[in-house]
Amino acid sequence: MPSLILKTATRLLVGLILTFSIYLLLRGHNAPGGGFAAALVAGTGFAMFAIAEGPAVVRQAVRIAPQMIAMGGLGLALASGLVAPLTGQPFFTGIWWIWEKEQASELAIGTPLFFDVGVYFAVLGTILTLILALEEN
Amino acid sequence: MAMVADNAKPSIIGWISSIIPLGLFAALLYFVPQVTAGHVFQIQLDWIPSLGIALSIAIDGLSLLFALIICFVGFFVTLYAADYLPKKAAAGKFFVYLHSFLLSMLGLVMADNLLAMFVFWELTTIISYLLIGFECELETARRNARQALLVTGAGGLALLIGFLLLGSISNTYDLSRITLQAAAIKTDPLYMVVLTMVFIGAFTKSAQVPFHFWLPNAMSAPTPISAFLHSATMVKAGIYLLARLHPILGGTFAWMGTLVVTGGITALVGSVLAMKASDLKRILAFTTMMALGILTMFLGGKTTPALTAAMTFLMVHSLYKSSLFLVVGIIDHQTGTRNINHLGGLLKAMPITACAAATAALSMAGFPLFLGFIGKEIMYKGALTEEWFPFFATTAALLANALMTAVAGIIIIKPFLGTLQKSPRLPREAPWTMWLGPVFMGGLGLVFGIIPDWIGNWLIKPAVRAFHPSMENIQLKLFHGINEPLLLSIATLSLGALFYLLKQPLRQTIDYVLRQIPIRFEHLYTGGLEGIAKIARMQNRILQNGSLHRYLSIIIGSVILGVGLPFVFGYIPFDFVRYPYPSLSAWLLGGIIIVAVVAAVATKTRLLAICSLGVVGAGIAMLFLINGAPDVALTQLLVETLTVIIVSLVLLRLPRLSARRPKLSAGKIWNGILAIAMGALITALIQAVNQTDLQRSLTDFFEANSYIAAHGRNIVNVILVDFRSLDTLGEITVVALAGLASYGLIRKRKVQ
Repeated sequence: MPSLILKTATRLLVGLILTFSIYLLLRGHNAPGGGFAAALVAGTGFAMFAIAEGPAVVRQAVRIAPQMIAMGGLGLALASGLVAPLTGQPFFTGIWWIWEKEQASELAIGTPLFFDVGVYFAVLGTILTLILALEEN
Repeated sequence: MAMVADNAKPSIIGWISSIIPLGLFAALLYFVPQVTAGHVFQIQLDWIPSLGIALSIAIDGLSLLFALIICFVGFFVTLYAADYLPKKAAAGKFFVYLHSFLLSMLGLVMADNLLAMFVFWELTTIISYLLIGFECELETARRNARQALLVTGAGGLALLIGFLLLGSISNTYDLSRITLQAAAIKTDPLYMVVLTMVFIGAFTKSAQVPFHFWLPNAMSAPTPISAFLHSATMVKAGIYLLARLHPILGGTFAWMGTLVVTGGITALVGSVLAMKASDLKRILAFTTMMALGILTMFLGGKTTPALTAAMTFLMVHSLYKSSLFLVVGIIDHQTGTRNINHLGGLLKAMPITACAAATAALSMAGFPLFLGFIGKEIMYKGALTEEWFPFFATTAALLANALMTAVAGIIIIKPFLGTLQKSPRLPREAPWTMWLGPVFMGGLGLVFGIIPDWIGNWLIKPAVRAFHPSMENIQLKLFHGINEPLLLSIATLSLGALFYLLKQPLRQTIDYVLRQIPIRFEHLYTGGLEGIAKIARMQNRILQNGSLHRYLSIIIGSVILGVGLPFVFGYIPFDFVRYPYPSLSAWLLGGIIIVAVVAAVATKTRLLAICSLGVVGAGIAMLFLINGAPDVALTQLLVETLTVIIVSLVLLRLPRLSARRPKLSAGKIWNGILAIAMGALITALIQAVNQTDLQRSLTDFFEANSYIAAHGRNIVNVILVDFRSLDTLGEITVVALAGLASYGLIRKRKVQ
């Protein structure tokens, strides 16, 4: 039986951890972080959640089957690479859309971002698959 | 086993798809006049230009002769199969296989590029596997199909080696261009290797001794397939290859000696075994072996009569053997048995089939007026002019032909004459689609036997000229006057009659002699297969016994050996003295790591052990951090955290470690040695890396381009998601698949 302290702490922490993981994912291109690290953080958060509340609650909260998340991530990563061939460039060439802002700063969104999101979901889905299966066993 | 349903409707698919071979045949006829005049049609399509592989097609006399035979026999076989197949059989699948085979075979004989030819060669092997194993619910069919695949497939690999060497010697894979360099190839030091490899390929495909055993077993295919693949087409692929390469590799002593001896022995073994067999299809399979032996023997020669004999006999054999196979199929289909001892007196019930069988068998026996007679005459003429072993060749041909005459007698006299025997089904005449082929082909044997000039001038001469340009004029004629070949023909027929009359004692003698021979080539094959399986099981038992501990030991041990040995022998420059002095914080972290390692080894509780390992990992992450690699440190830390969680989920469910201090066993000492050796190796590696000058060109490139080209300042991440994203895609695919696989394993345990 998990302790009350763990349960309470988890409720507070999981949200923070998941937010942090998204932060890591988005900043990854310019500072330490990235899809893989972010997915590990999120995985840790879900693992805590699963230990405190049980795997059934996590499954309900996530809604989508973890294997599907992993496959969806793979699919997104692949799709981000397929954008380039559509425009006649080699597979996996980065395609960028850039918004210039004031004072020479810019916002660049490109296929590598979607690729990184794909990595994130592929890894997260895999971790969730494993953790939930082990917890249920 | 007969595939029969009495009220089976003919397969519409078969009838319709017989248009394919018929149309191709008509189209090929169009080429005949110009090819006879010496023209070679060539078409070239780029296939893999970077490797010099072109889909070049060349139609010369040799290709045309083979192609016409393929389409001609293919048409009748298709028509025949439409009625032969049982109602339930997957007719669609059957005809797809059949026509794919036909097309691959056409590709094989028309390809002008060695590699394209090899691809078609392999295609025929694979499709023949599917066809032999067509009745795949039968264990024997599957086994025989696999045997044919393995034997001919192994030969195909040898052939590939031969082709690649030939290509590298002559710097091109185009047959027509290789032919120009024939003289240089014959003196090349690799000539013998090329020759051996090509021979292995041809001999396995064309069932030469000692690779012959798969052919009689391949008779588990439906009969139309046997008629098509194992008499007229596929087994002739090896013959085609030898003919095609004759101008390039032929004419040397090694070529002539090997082919004449192997072919002669195969012809004799085949005809002797044919005498002994009682299953009609097996008899035909052995006579096919005999024919392949004869063809090989004559392709060993280099005189015009010898090569003309090969091409003539090819034609003769295709006509009578396909016809006989189809007749045997009809007998099997209509009576339910093809055992010669249970058949007799079918003439009255099946007169048309009997006529077809008679014409084919007379051609096979080599009676005058039939094409077989012409074939035999030219054969003796060729054998007598062989440069090497003319006596051996003549004797082998004489004996084999005499035995063929006797076997022809057995095939025709026993089932059709005499008293009607009781068979599983009441015999009656087959539908016209089934007897049309045998009648037509048998009849052609008679027509061409009387007027041999037609095929002689239009088909056989151009075929020989295609691989033997300096030919003298050989006229196929019914009567050449009284000469040596005629006398030998008379000797053959009399000897054949004698063999037929003595068939009972002859069979017993053959049986007795065979039992005295201690080795069977087929047993070598099965023994070899069992040996491979045994080795596989042994290595499984040693290397993959299911224990993770064993796997880890093997992996770590091989790393230590593979990477450690170069260190020991001094291949990696390495100097222990030039030790960069670590900072104070590094010392502290090192101390923490060592304490944690000792705790992990010494502890009695699993939780403490896991946590200690976590501390080790975190310590290493800190080391990365103070050495200026925040990205690696972050990932390492997260991986360690997650590992601790996942491992605890697993290990905490196991029973407690025993409270007593564990004894120091030999296994534990060994583990300790492995662990320490691995640690020492990694330390040494890092030292060695630090002592070499790092190549900075890649780092410089990424530093310079990361922001400009990929809008990112974190080089590590930019490399991962942009510059080398294909690698990352591969990695996450592995991660996801490994996750799915372990999920499967976990669920499996749960179910159990």
